[in-house]
This record gives sequence, C-alpha cells and structure tokens, in this order.
Amino acid sequence: MSMHTLSVLVENVPGVLARVSGLFSRRGFNIESLAVGPTETPEVSRMTIVVAVEEQPLEQVTKQLNKLVNVIKIVELDPASSVQRDLLLVKVRADATVRSQVLETVEMFRAKVVDVSPEAVTVEATGTHDKLNALMRMLEPYGVRELVKSGMVALGRGARSITANSTR
Amino acid sequence: MTSATSRSDSGSAGDSGARDATEASRKSAQPNGPRPKPTPPAGTPVRVTGAQSLVRALEAVGSEVVFGIPGGTILPAYDPLLDSTKVRHVLVRHEQAAGHAATGYAQATGEVGVCMATSGPGATNLVTPLADANMDSVPLVAITGQQTRALIGTDAFQEADICGITMPVTKHNFLVTDPADIPRVIAEAFHLASTGRPGPVLVDIPKDVLQENTSFSWPPEMTLPGYRPTLRPHGKQVREAARLISQSRRPVLYVGGGVLKAEASAELAELAELTGIPVATTLMARGAFPDSHDHHVGMPGMHGTVSAVAALQRADLLLAIGARFDDRVTGRLDSFAPEATVVHADIDPAEISKNRKADVPIVGDCKEILRELIDAVKFEHDRGDRPDLAAWWTQINSWRDTFPAGYEWPEDGTLAPQYVIERIGALVGQDAYYTAGVGQHQMWAAQFIKYDNPRTWINSGGLGTMGFAVPAAMGAQFGRPGHQVWAIDGDGCFQMTNQELATCALEGAPIKVAVINNGNLGMVRQWQNLFYAERYSNTDLGTHKHRIPDFALLAESLGCAGLRCETADEVDDVIERAMAINDRPVVIDFVVGKDAQVWPMVGPGASNDEVMAARGIRPLFDDDDVTDGPAAEGVVADKAVTGTRGEQ
Repeated sequence: MSMHTLSVLVENVPGVLARVSGLFSRRGFNIESLAVGPTETPEVSRMTIVVAVEEQPLEQVTKQLNKLVNVIKIVELDPASSVQRDLLLVKVRADATVRSQVLETVEMFRAKVVDVSPEAVTVEATGTHDKLNALMRMLEPYGVRELVKSGMVALGRGARSITANSTR
Repeated sequence: MTSATSRSDSGSAGDSGARDATEASRKSAQPNGPRPKPTPPAGTPVRVTGAQSLVRALEAVGSEVVFGIPGGTILPAYDPLLDSTKVRHVLVRHEQAAGHAATGYAQATGEVGVCMATSGPGATNLVTPLADANMDSVPLVAITGQQTRALIGTDAFQEADICGITMPVTKHNFLVTDPADIPRVIAEAFHLASTGRPGPVLVDIPKDVLQENTSFSWPPEMTLPGYRPTLRPHGKQVREAARLISQSRRPVLYVGGGVLKAEASAELAELAELTGIPVATTLMARGAFPDSHDHHVGMPGMHGTVSAVAALQRADLLLAIGARFDDRVTGRLDSFAPEATVVHADIDPAEISKNRKADVPIVGDCKEILRELIDAVKFEHDRGDRPDLAAWWTQINSWRDTFPAGYEWPEDGTLAPQYVIERIGALVGQDAYYTAGVGQHQMWAAQFIKYDNPRTWINSGGLGTMGFAVPAAMGAQFGRPGHQVWAIDGDGCFQMTNQELATCALEGAPIKVAVINNGNLGMVRQWQNLFYAERYSNTDLGTHKHRIPDFALLAESLGCAGLRCETADEVDDVIERAMAINDRPVVIDFVVGKDAQVWPMVGPGASNDEVMAARGIRPLFDDDDVTDGPAAEGVVADKAVTGTRGEQ
C-alpha cells in the first residue's frame, strides 16, 4: 500500500471532524495521520489526512469525502512538490552525565530543547517523517520517557494556493 | 376521517371557514396534474417564535403533508402547526411509520417527504426509515425536537445525539443552535434532499430554539459551499458512449432507480426505441420502462428473469443508467457481465467504478445524459453506423420463450401466492400504486405485477426493510389521493407495522393490503430449505396453525374491512370486493401455501452464470447434467452460504 496525503478544505462547523473520521471508519479506510486547524479564512478549516491505500480505493475515498456536504475541496499533495512536516515533542532521560551528548544530537537535527530538569530534557523537533524517525533512533538509547507527535501538515510548493477561489 | 374543523379550535388563525375550504380542496387535490408551485411569502422580516419560523418555512418550501408524532421537545412546533392552512399533519402511531410514509409519499410523487418526531426515542425510531431512504436515494426531510441547548450533553430526559446517530445514514444533517438559522436550514435541507442524488436530511432543533423569539424572512440565502452536484454530462464521454453503441452487437440498457428520480422515462424509451437495445429494469427501476414494451427483457439480479440475467451476462456493452451495480444484481462481481464494456451514467460520481470499473464514466443527471445520448446516437446513425441487433434479439427471445416468468401450483392443493399477486396486478391495473414489504412477496410482486408507469412500484430495495409496505402505502395514498394504492405484504412484515391501519382509517387513506399469508417468514424459510438442510429454525409464525392473529378480525378492529381468501376461485372476487371499498382501508388475508419458492434464483455468492430458472435448472451453464436432478441438487446444496448479511 502506498501513502497518500490529502489536503481537505472543510467548513469550520461543529461535527465536521466526526463526519470525516466516521466516513473513513465505515467505509473501511485507514487513517495514518490526521491534522486539523484553521486557515487564513475563518470559516474554513484544513485537514491534512494521510491514508494508506492503492490508487483505486483512493479514488473512492476522495469521491466519498467529496460527497460530504461540509467538504469544500480535496487536493492530493505529491511529496515531491509539497512541504510535509510533523511536529515531535519527546522527553528524553538525560542527567548531567549524558546531557551534553543529548544536546549535541538535538543540535545536529536542528531541533531544540524546550524544557530541562535534572533527569530529563524535552526536545521539540519538526521535519519530515523520515527526519523525525532518524532523530528518534539517536535519542532512544538514552531512554524515552514520553513522546507525542502531531499529525502531518502539508502545503504545496510554489505560489499557487488551493484555498484561493474555493470558498463561497 | 379527521375533518378540518376538529383541528380548527384555536381561533387565532382568523377565518376558520376559509381554512376548511382550503383543506377540503387540498384533500381532493387532482392526483395527476403538476402541483402548483407555492408562492413564497413576500419579503420583509416578521417577528415570530422559532416554532412559527419552522412552520412558515415548511409552508414556504411547499410541504403539504407532514407525518409525525408530537412529544416533549417538539411540542412548540406542533402549536403553530395547528394553525397552518397549508401543511397537513398526519398523526401516525409509530415514528418508523412516519418515516416510511414520508418515503411512500416521496416515491409516489417525486416531492420531498416530511416526517417529524420528538427527541430521544421519537428520533431514534426514525433511524430505520432514514437508513432505508438513504439506501434508496429518497428525498426526505426529518425534523426532530432536541433537548434545550443548556441540557445537551447531560444525558437529559429523552436526549439522544440524533445527529451523531444518523450521520452515517443521512445525506446530511443539521443541529440548529440559533432560531435565526431556521429558515436557512430548512431551505438547505429541502435543497439537499431533492437535488443531486436525492437522500434524507435530518434537522434537529432544541426546544428552547423553537421557543425563542426570532425573525422570519423568505427566501433565505443558502450557504452550501461544498455542495455542487454535477448535472450536465461531459460531452466527450457521451459521444464515446454513442460510438460504443454504434459498434456494439450485444448491448443492454441496465436501468436503475436513478432514471425514476430524474423523471427520465420518456428519454429512456426514446433511446431504447431509437437504438433497439433491450432494457432490463432493476428492482428499484420497475416501471421506469413499460413492462408491456417489447424491448423490456425483465428484472436482473438474484431473482430476476432468466432473459435479463442472461442478457447482462452475455452482453458486449452495458449501458448502466442510474444504477449502482448492487451485489443483488451482479452476483459474484468478478464473473458479472464478463465480456461487457461498461458505460456507467450516474449523478453520484462515487458510484462510478465503485463496484465495477467503468470504461466510460458519465456523471450527470440521467435525463440530461439520455437527451444528449439520443442526439449523439442520431449523429452516429446519420453517419451510417447503425448496428444490426437481429442476432442478439434472436438469442434474447429464445431465453424469453424458453424461460418465461412462471410458477407451479403447490402439490398440496394450497393457494399459489404468485397467482394471487398476478391476479391483483391484472385486475387492479397499471394506474394503481403498489408497495411491498421485504421477502418472497416482494419478489413476486416485482415479477408478476406488470408496471407500465413510473413511480407505481414502491419498495425497500437497498436496506430491505420488513414492515415497509403499510406505512409506505399510506404515504403514497396521501400523495395520490385519487388512485388505488395496494400494499402487497407478507404475514411477517404485516405484523411489524399494521398499527398504521388505524391512522389510515382515521385520516382517510383507503389503502388495500393484500397479506400474502404463508404462515412463515417465507424468504428465510426458502433459504433454510435450500441452504440449511430444511432445518426450519424460528420461521413459523403460527399465523396458519393457530390463526394468531386473525388478520381479518385485526383489520376490523383497526377500522378496516377485513376479508379472507383461501382458494383460487375466490381470488378475483375478493380483489374486486376490495376495490369497491373506498370509505376505509381493506385488508385481505390471502392464506397461501408455505412451500412456494421464488424462482429464478442466483444463489448467494454465486455467479450470474449459474442462474437457476427453477431448482436445478441452469440455462447458462454449458454442462450436460443441468437437468439431472441429483447433480443439480448437489450444486444447490454446495452453495451453503457463508457470511450472508441477511436472508433477502
């Protein structure tokens, strides 16, 4: 199965997330990741949905999504022509003996430390899925206390906008 | 019949005499002519309550009948409803029936059906009819009361998250949180329900929103930025379809309910006659093309005619118009119509290539598509590309002649259910409306009644909702007051919803109910006979053995005429007697044999190539042992089904 990134513009109304997630579950499609947030237009929200499906079912996913009355527009973003980012917050065990090594790793990945205590540091990193995985491989040996990741968000490269002229 | 005067005791609406006259004229409304479009109340905002705003909005969109039951949270809406001279409310006995009645009304008239219920159990009772309407693309608007805004989410009395519950079974739904939104939401609900691929829309309104003061003006501005159904087909695809038609030697028009929804029967007939292509009408499309027309080859599917099933299987071109390649039509999908190129025309893009990959997809309104296709085909004809279908018709006619729709009389001398249904169709005729429940009687009603007119066959196709017939007939009767409406029902189905006969008796809906009483859940019993080694687990309802209930007496107690028929020579007489009674509903208890089966049949999960004209007779199978009893029986038994979702 291949991963596909869908940018979905939806009306910013109550229940829209339930409509979208309910559609995926009842039609038997798996969501790899889902992120929702406001856009430059207050009445429109944008969902970035990563699904693992083949081409043919992907067509069904987008057609079914399009049937939801609150869904305004769907665009599939090609990884090669879009910027795709996850946000990672990870609390790593790091006392005085290893802290400098942890910080060095953090530096290397252009991540940053956002909290520190005698036993642990909390690291914030953004990047592609692969970059964050690589960072995690480096940090895991020190001991991961806690980890949280956002869903992926993505924007197409270049000057074009998928939101222009798509609302109202 | 409840007269208008019994409802006009509020005195606040002014001239009740004038209202009575209006009501009377509406009840005798001409059945056939196009309904006059309502004039929207003019202009400037007026101060009203939310409930008054709702009723005014219903009047403005042209609703004439609302089926429902009041209760705690919807009470505010029922107060101004009492004064409405345009909207008639029909008090049903169960909310499920309100939903199916709205469906019957919508299917018979093409207008949006409306039902109303209170919060909690009232609303959850609407779930089945909403799911039913969703599967069969019926334009429906359901209005439900909801607990007051402050109590939502607190597990308050009669609170149910009906928007959450119905999300998967409606086209869309709304929770109204501001009374000012009511006109817009009602306008949007009716627009969504009736345009594009039609479907049910639920509007949930908290009690305090109905009670609050607000303003009403019409028409409101609709805001549906994500809703833009495609109506005009793509010209290139239509031309491609016409080119395929001009090259095809074995084409079939596979016609679904979308043709009825689009009111495109005339265009379909024109295309069929222009091209000479055979037409198969699905369970949802019976009546979309006249059964009496020579081009009609029957109904495809699990219990379709051999000629229709075979034509689809052997076709080199399928023209699917407003159909959705349902599993009950295709049988095993990977062997369905294996040699056919597929042109799939539908208003819902998600249906195209959902089950069977379309070679030529056409998205649009069926009427528009057929019109443009006719022009494109004429263009091909003008160029001299007109295929000779004589050999194809010879083949189809041989199937038709060898395996006509038919049945055998039970050996035990009991009444054949098929004969009863056939006689109803013959005596009542093509101008009547027929509804059915779900099961054997439904299939026989689809097979043995001849439908020549659109919308005259109303059944529950997709969801397969038992108990559909009586409330749907009630709704159809309100939509078509001058016509005979016959519910062909089974004894199992009838016991699910017959309470609505009281509504029919009191509200003036003289429907006729033919209970095809075989004393059993007949279709389930047929499957037990074929696939479960004749082990009849829980299918005997006792309506034969104990005559509990006695349907004729039950009918009388519900204010209907109750008749009974047990022998063939009484059949015509009892039907004629029922037809003559028009001051109250009629129930006929047709006591029929329990062993009659629905044939032809494609076994569950089997290929359509294995269609059996009767037990063990497989016309499309090339093996020589097809008619050898034991071998063929073995084939049937092998089909012992796994993972069936239901028995119909």
